[in-house]
Amino acid sequence: MSKFVKKGKKGTPGISTASLPDIIFMLLFFFMVVTVMREDDPKVKVRKPNATETAKLEKKSLVDYINVGPPNDKRYGTEPLIQLDDSFAELSEIRQWIKDNRERRDEAEQPAITTSLKVDRETKMGIVTDIKQELREANALKINYSVNKGSSIEN
Amino acid sequence: MARQNIQEVNAGSMADIAFLLLIFFLVTTTMDQEVGILRILPPPGDIEEPAPIPERNVYEVLVNANDQLLVEGEPMDISELRSAAILFYTNTTDDPDLPRLNLVTKESVLLEMANVNDLLSMNSSNSRLLQKKKVLEKKQHALNLIGVYHEIPSNAVISLTNDRSTSYKAYLAVQNELSAAVNQLRDEVSMNSFGIPFKDLDQSIKEDRERIRAIRTVIPQRISESVRQ
Repeated sequence: MSKFVKKGKKGTPGISTASLPDIIFMLLFFFMVVTVMREDDPKVKVRKPNATETAKLEKKSLVDYINVGPPNDKRYGTEPLIQLDDSFAELSEIRQWIKDNRERRDEAEQPAITTSLKVDRETKMGIVTDIKQELREANALKINYSVNKGSSIEN
Repeated sequence: MARQNIQEVNAGSMADIAFLLLIFFLVTTTMDQEVGILRILPPPGDIEEPAPIPERNVYEVLVNANDQLLVEGEPMDISELRSAAILFYTNTTDDPDLPRLNLVTKESVLLEMANVNDLLSMNSSNSRLLQKKKVLEKKQHALNLIGVYHEIPSNAVISLTNDRSTSYKAYLAVQNELSAAVNQLRDEVSMNSFGIPFKDLDQSIKEDRERIRAIRTVIPQRISESVRQ
């Protein structure tokens, strides 16, 4: 009958941590997959306006961003500037930029390219209109006004 | 020689390395979805002098340099713009200053279709006629899915004019309200015909795609933009 008598020390055994690396790896892979690296560091300050009637941007790889806003670096003044990719740009450079971006991509995808305008809410429409005119001339007709979700009336 | 025991690498620090990487990716991840208001710009080239549009078919929205709104010559608050735009699209009160809606029925479209086909048989490469035929086919498609509907005239348009000094947020607020009006109307049509709101229709499902096409024909988005110099 002594078969069922427990021998030795009593006490709860520690939980095995052998599977910890596996769990961590799983999380790691998840974040690796969902991570999109910041492509350009912002040189202008953009506080997006609010809007309610928003649509999601599909296919991030087919979106080009134009940032417009007052420069972060005060040495460049306080007037809104245009940022393409990683550097400030003039209005006249937009056409070439669009052309370069188009050539970078597959021909079949070209009609789906969207240009997203990230414009600071206090910017005057003059510069935005000029950009839109340039985009028209460059035949980049699909545009997106980047916004935050929220009531536009309280802007 | 005796068999050498292969030393096992200690994997105890594996978790630490993984942790390090994990934290790096955690920090760099941005989960925010890009959202925005999508628009299609008009194609380049000087716009040819448009045919005169009757006054009642143009809905004038002006935003001045102080972000104030002038709609059809009357000052208006931004919060009223949505319902005003809806009225423009539907004209439920039969206001003589707003566009007159035409009833679209199977018979009327068939009649027009026969007309266009007749003309096309004489001149099969007239781009204007081909365009017209395409429009009629769209209407037939909409009739099949939704049924008889009222349509606004093809030249009816909301003309949005802003100043070069208008602020971007005011401009976007106006764009947003005009979109909201269209979306609301589309939602209503969609609810009545298919029982689900327009925004829940899925582009990737064929049936829904057809529905979206039909609804867009019934309630078209008509905004024309210009800038006052």
